[in-house]
Amino acid sequence: MYNASDLRKGLKIMMDGDPYIISEFEFNKPGKGQAHYRCKMRNLITGNSAERTYRSGDKFEPAPLEERNMQFLYSQGNEYHFMDTKDFEQFVVDAEHIGDSANFLVDNMEVDVLFFKGQPMDVTLPIFVNLTVTQADPWAKGDTSGTDTKPVTVQTGYILQVPPFVSEGDKIQIDTRTGAYVTRVK
Amino acid sequence: MEKNSLLWRRAAVIQAVRRFFHEHGYLEVETPLRLPSLIPEAYIEPEEASGWYLQTSPEICMKRLLAAGHPRLFQICKCFRRHERGARHLPEFTMLEWYRVEADYTDLMIECESLFAFLAEELQQPEVEVGEGRVGLAAPWERLTVAEAFCRFSPITLVESLDLGTFDETFSKHVEPKLGWQHPCLLHDYPAAMGALARLRPGNPEVAERFELYVGGLELANGFSELTDADEQRDRLLAAQANIRAQGRDPGPMPERFLLALHNLPSSAGIALGLDRLIMLFTGASCIDQVVTFTPDIL
Repeated sequence: MYNASDLRKGLKIMMDGDPYIISEFEFNKPGKGQAHYRCKMRNLITGNSAERTYRSGDKFEPAPLEERNMQFLYSQGNEYHFMDTKDFEQFVVDAEHIGDSANFLVDNMEVDVLFFKGQPMDVTLPIFVNLTVTQADPWAKGDTSGTDTKPVTVQTGYILQVPPFVSEGDKIQIDTRTGAYVTRVK
Repeated sequence: MEKNSLLWRRAAVIQAVRRFFHEHGYLEVETPLRLPSLIPEAYIEPEEASGWYLQTSPEICMKRLLAAGHPRLFQICKCFRRHERGARHLPEFTMLEWYRVEADYTDLMIECESLFAFLAEELQQPEVEVGEGRVGLAAPWERLTVAEAFCRFSPITLVESLDLGTFDETFSKHVEPKLGWQHPCLLHDYPAAMGALARLRPGNPEVAERFELYVGGLELANGFSELTDADEQRDRLLAAQANIRAQGRDPGPMPERFLLALHNLPSSAGIALGLDRLIMLFTGASCIDQVVTFTPDIL
């Protein structure tokens, strides 16, 4: 069982008999009052979103999902093709079930695909992925906005904030949990 | 690093806060962070440290010093509260607390106005940016009772929310986001059950003499007229311990030396202000992560 304090983005729980993944999560606690956890979550079967507020003390059943290591082959329209690295069985997962992970998926990447009752439901990425910067503006010297970052686009089309020294063609490491820049890699 | 970076601005806010309290005759103190017993609070979970506890607030030691005869005290220190993590919460954060004898919560409300006026002057920021809004800091601020705030912003009244047991949720969802957009808001007169260490209003035991300061929907400070009746305080702490046990947690030992010191505590008032949040306000930061050196996730 999970407790309310285990709730976080990406956690998979059972609710009303269906597996859900938490897509947005907000912790709130007024003054000396009781903590509560506002969660937006996605039904892994239907793709529908739901919003619930939980309190400290609430308990949750983990979603019974089977995890299989798979290689991402290619995507075509809304279909993402994967191959099991053990038995080479191929599966198609539709974009709805891929969600934001599409930002970090590149050909041949090994990922964990989650199955619920035999159906592929969701993709768990490696925590860190290396992607190539395809578009970056040169750093405007003397910019004193105080943020010390600039936006760049990587090969998947994803846009993120990076330090000013990152330039086009660089490979950068991204934390897939937060979508944030980690470091530049050789 | 540029002098306008967030860490420089954080340091500037802290220096200005210290100047304010030094100029107003407050003694700055440092009290132990690790204690053998804490004030049991129903919804604050302490971090254990080798059989003792890391403080969730410096309240115990500050009041013991007050009882020992120091009339004006302030402290800037770290506090620890398990599982509190969000855009406005860190499980380890910096608190500013100050205490005064011969004062009540209305004096502290005025002192909050003075502190902010001083900071606005020192930091040359007569107003602060919160999200899309700008809030002027000049006094007098808005004063609103909790009951009035519910009437104005919530679909249900304060009494209804208490009957339904949904005070915290209703407050967070409907009331808190609306507070303190024209001027900072001093929300005062909490239901008696929500001021475990506060004095009840003489002549009206339904109301605790407690207030909270909100600016642009951000909760900044919690202050009250101190309860100085040791017997009543013990009863309230026993009730809090029972609540904690009902949640399946260990409430830890009763802070006996604190209760003993209450016998010598003069009429006084005290307030805790989240310093990281104050810095968020003066730097326009939308997330507490932006104003600290490190967050637990990257250690």
